Amino acid sequence: MRTIRSEEVEQAVYRLAEEACLGIIPSCMQAIGEAADREEAGSAAQFALETVLLNARTAKAERMPVCQDTGYAVILAEIGQDVHIEGALLADAVNSGVRRAYEDFRFRKSVCDPLTRVNTADNTPAALHTEIVAGDRLRLTFLPKGFGSENMSRLYMLTPSQGVQGVIDSIVETVRLAGSRPCPPVVCGVGIGGTFDTCAFLAKKALTRELGTHNPRADVAAIESEALERINALHIGPQGFGGKVTALGVLCEVAPTHIAGLPVAVNIQCHCMRAARTEL
Amino acid sequence: MKTLTLPLTDEAIEALHAGESVLLSGTILTGRDCAHKRICEMLDRGEELPFPLKGQTIYYAGPCPAPEGKACGSCGPTTSARMDAYAPRLLDLGLRGMIGKGERSAAVCEAIVQNGAVYFAAIGGAGALYGNAVQKSELVAFPDLLSEAVYRFTVKDFPCIVAIDCHGGNIYKR
Repeated sequence: MRTIRSEEVEQAVYRLAEEACLGIIPSCMQAIGEAADREEAGSAAQFALETVLLNARTAKAERMPVCQDTGYAVILAEIGQDVHIEGALLADAVNSGVRRAYEDFRFRKSVCDPLTRVNTADNTPAALHTEIVAGDRLRLTFLPKGFGSENMSRLYMLTPSQGVQGVIDSIVETVRLAGSRPCPPVVCGVGIGGTFDTCAFLAKKALTRELGTHNPRADVAAIESEALERINALHIGPQGFGGKVTALGVLCEVAPTHIAGLPVAVNIQCHCMRAARTEL
Repeated sequence: MKTLTLPLTDEAIEALHAGESVLLSGTILTGRDCAHKRICEMLDRGEELPFPLKGQTIYYAGPCPAPEGKACGSCGPTTSARMDAYAPRLLDLGLRGMIGKGERSAAVCEAIVQNGAVYFAAIGGAGALYGNAVQKSELVAFPDLLSEAVYRFTVKDFPCIVAIDCHGGNIYKR
């Protein structure tokens, strides 16, 4: 049994929020750079991507949030089952780290009551997902999730007869219906299988993967590649201005499902892919 | 790149065509979901708005708080489609320009043509660049809405693409 103080968790979340909101992850920067090279010289699409790259460099140099939507704070905590957290409740420690970071680093507070729309004024609560894993470490991943892209996400309850084709069609349809709205080129986090709720979580978890990686299962990796190709054939293009690159990547995660179902969740991420992780 | 001074004149709007790049300088008002809802509720009640809309340009944005030494924090555009429910009414009342990101509804496109207005696309995700283009920021209305309040920005060389022009040209129509 290893003891971790809740104050360590709070401080880790605080630092992760800062790191995540100030920049686009390197694998995504690289993908945007490659996309800019692929677009027609002088096109609005290329202008959009070059502006995005310049913005990321400016944000880094001036320590400004890369996007003003510093997001709903999504935190994945993978807790070794030999860890004991001492002090405050885990959720309270996480929320306290978020609250302090969004105030100190002057990030936008974007969380409100769903009905009255009154802002909670400190960007809490965070969306905290916990998983119990082997070992005595605590791994934390921070995803500031913007809602321009979150709004364009979808969940399909397909039937088994729709199969792999149905899965790919659902991914492509989600991006087509989103059109110019989610800040394309997008990244699709896709959950395949599980239940209604775990499928959506898988889609979110897929977005913690690096761009350019493939699911280790060959059949799943093939879905990622075919879906990406079909999405880019839509020619929505950067910012919806038309062009060759509508998505930078499709990341799929799978889990066993019920014999009667085939859930597919597509979580859309804008080109501004942000994440930070640490291990305590 | 074409440079434009805000507020926009009729001649300037008429000369704009979808797809061209422009640099905007002058004053704009910010407004997003909650501010639009409140503006329309005030209009429903027959109340006078705390700021004149006529001739103005609205930027669909909610900024990060300003860091020390700057007028504004990161402040890129938000998705315009969420304001489609309100935009035709504001255009009919004299709003001339909108800045945001992404396509608009058929009703908004029609209202742009009918009212001789224009819709500019700012580059989504370029928050730091747009924040730095704001030289002055004044709170105009609804301070309780925090980042969703209405601010008057004085901007310089604010880069946009003409997305929907008053002649019906539309960069999103393929």
